[in-house]
Amino acid sequence: MEGGGLPEEYGPRWSDQRAERLLGALVCTVVALLLALIATVFVRAWPSFAHNGLAWFGGGGNVDDQLNQIYLSGLGAGHYVYTFHAWQLIWSTILIVGGAVLLALFCSLFVAVFLVEFAPRWMSNVLQPVVRFLASVPSVIYGLLGVLVVVPFIGNHLVTEPQKASVAGVISLSGYSLLAAVLILTVMIAPLMVSIFSDGLRAVRPGWLEGSLGLGVNRWRTMWKIGVRTARPTLVAGTVLAVARGIGEAVMLAMVSGSVAFAPNPADGLIFFYEPSRPLAPTIVKNIDSLGSKPANATLFAIAAVLLFSAAMFSLAGWVARRAMRKYGATA
Amino acid sequence: MASPVATGPAGPSPTQAPAPRRRRGGENDAAWHLSDRIGLAVCWALGLIFCAIAVAIVVYLLVQGIKFLKPSMLTTPASAGFSESETGGFSDALIGTLIVAVMGIAIALPVGVGIAVWLVEYGRPAALARIAESTIEAIAGIPSIVLALFGTVIFSSTALGFLSRSSEGVVFGRSFFAAATMLSLVALPLVAASTREGLNSIPRHVREASYAVGKTKIATTRRILLPTARPQVATGAMLGLGRIIGDTAIIVVLLGATQNFAPVEGAPFPLNYLRGAGTTLTNFVYEASPTGNLNQPQKAYAAAFVLLLMVLALNAAVDVVHRRAGKAGSWSS
Repeated sequence: MEGGGLPEEYGPRWSDQRAERLLGALVCTVVALLLALIATVFVRAWPSFAHNGLAWFGGGGNVDDQLNQIYLSGLGAGHYVYTFHAWQLIWSTILIVGGAVLLALFCSLFVAVFLVEFAPRWMSNVLQPVVRFLASVPSVIYGLLGVLVVVPFIGNHLVTEPQKASVAGVISLSGYSLLAAVLILTVMIAPLMVSIFSDGLRAVRPGWLEGSLGLGVNRWRTMWKIGVRTARPTLVAGTVLAVARGIGEAVMLAMVSGSVAFAPNPADGLIFFYEPSRPLAPTIVKNIDSLGSKPANATLFAIAAVLLFSAAMFSLAGWVARRAMRKYGATA
Repeated sequence: MASPVATGPAGPSPTQAPAPRRRRGGENDAAWHLSDRIGLAVCWALGLIFCAIAVAIVVYLLVQGIKFLKPSMLTTPASAGFSESETGGFSDALIGTLIVAVMGIAIALPVGVGIAVWLVEYGRPAALARIAESTIEAIAGIPSIVLALFGTVIFSSTALGFLSRSSEGVVFGRSFFAAATMLSLVALPLVAASTREGLNSIPRHVREASYAVGKTKIATTRRILLPTARPQVATGAMLGLGRIIGDTAIIVVLLGATQNFAPVEGAPFPLNYLRGAGTTLTNFVYEASPTGNLNQPQKAYAAAFVLLLMVLALNAAVDVVHRRAGKAGSWSS
């Protein structure tokens, strides 16, 4: 920021009004870019939604076959095919993201409470960099470790031969599974939640905690009944952010989830956890080469529109929840 | 970690409650019920599991990296071949990561700082300020795969054809320009949030002192506020760099499905590479993993190790900046 020695701030180049207008224009450009993004995604997605209606979100048929049909129809000069029923992908997204967020919520809440209140100094000095590190590991590295370590472990040690044989005609249980995806996604989003939760817990007014302690409530109860309860808005914020991250995670899940259009069935018992699937976001990555085909392009943008919309809805829900809680004196 | 979105507008100040942390004195151990003790044990267990996972990742990649990484991999580009010994290294990917990082942050840093300055120092009209704030939060929440798809649309337009390869009027739309521009959007919210935090933490009287000696607002910002907030700006930039380096979806979509540089003919030196397709370490790891097209796990490990070293270095740099900023002393208000 050290420019020349001359006091150029008095020159016309950096006059205050000009700077304000310039920065304002920059801000407007970024806002316009976001609007353009939203508009583009939905306009491009429209043909796919228009042809399928609400059935887009329903089930029926194999999504991979449908995608293939859509792609091929775009290559010929003939009639475009748009039929697409995404339920298998949506169900997989719900299972993987839901499972990972529930697991991560439990883990991160305990770890955040530990970090803020109960960990000895040396432990929190270790744990803080650890959390920061886990949050910054690129998703492709998690994916690689998943493919080369977690998936073979599940495939070789957890899934038994009779289990594999029982579904042999339908899918292969090779370890690419719901379980692997949920576990790795948990490790990816938990650090994010821990750092937000602990920020929230640290912001709780010390007086409230001291009041509780002064009444003879022990530190553990105080932390949970007063600290965690006061920090509820931050818990919501962190969870919402984690859900958004999980929904948008494409590369790691493309590697680990098995990349098969299949809806895992909870009625299958234990095998349910070993069944492969593929969420929405990885579907885009896997089919990115078919962008050149017009109907396939519309279908992929329709998936992107659903991702965008659900991420926005979660943010909105989080915002509403935080506002509602703030009424009861909860800050942070 | 400075989380850009979650700290929200209120921004819980971490300086609020450091003092009364240890409340050991006079606590009665008998007041701890069994369930409380079990809960504390769960805390310890989960904390140790976190540490164990981090150590396992580092150690495992370290071992695999040392086993498979050969110096020649860093200097030879990838090539076609039948076995892992014939397919060369990933020098193009390494250089590609550096190019993308430099270009991405070169866009994100000025834009992010500019937005933060406008929000904190100007912010008129108020409605626009509110919209800008939510825009930054929204950009932080957009999945990067959606950004990538959007990138294919804008960079395939003929108006932007000069930024990528084009033949017979059809614009390819995949180039370092395209990827870096979209990646800068990934880093932008981090830079803006961190800079904003830095500017907000400067007390009002510093600005007033500067105005009182006749400095304009923008001069104050450039000469006093931004230099003071430099640690936070640097932190934001490094967090953004980490995101850019680690992002895969945008690279896979917008940098072309290739493992080598594919310069455009007939363009002057740096531009021909920047307009062409290429690859980065994340893309290399993705393609070299068993689920990718190359399927060379050993090289994937080696490249992942190099990538992890970069991330660790960035983390360490953030720590150093924090410590220095803490030592230099902040404004006491």
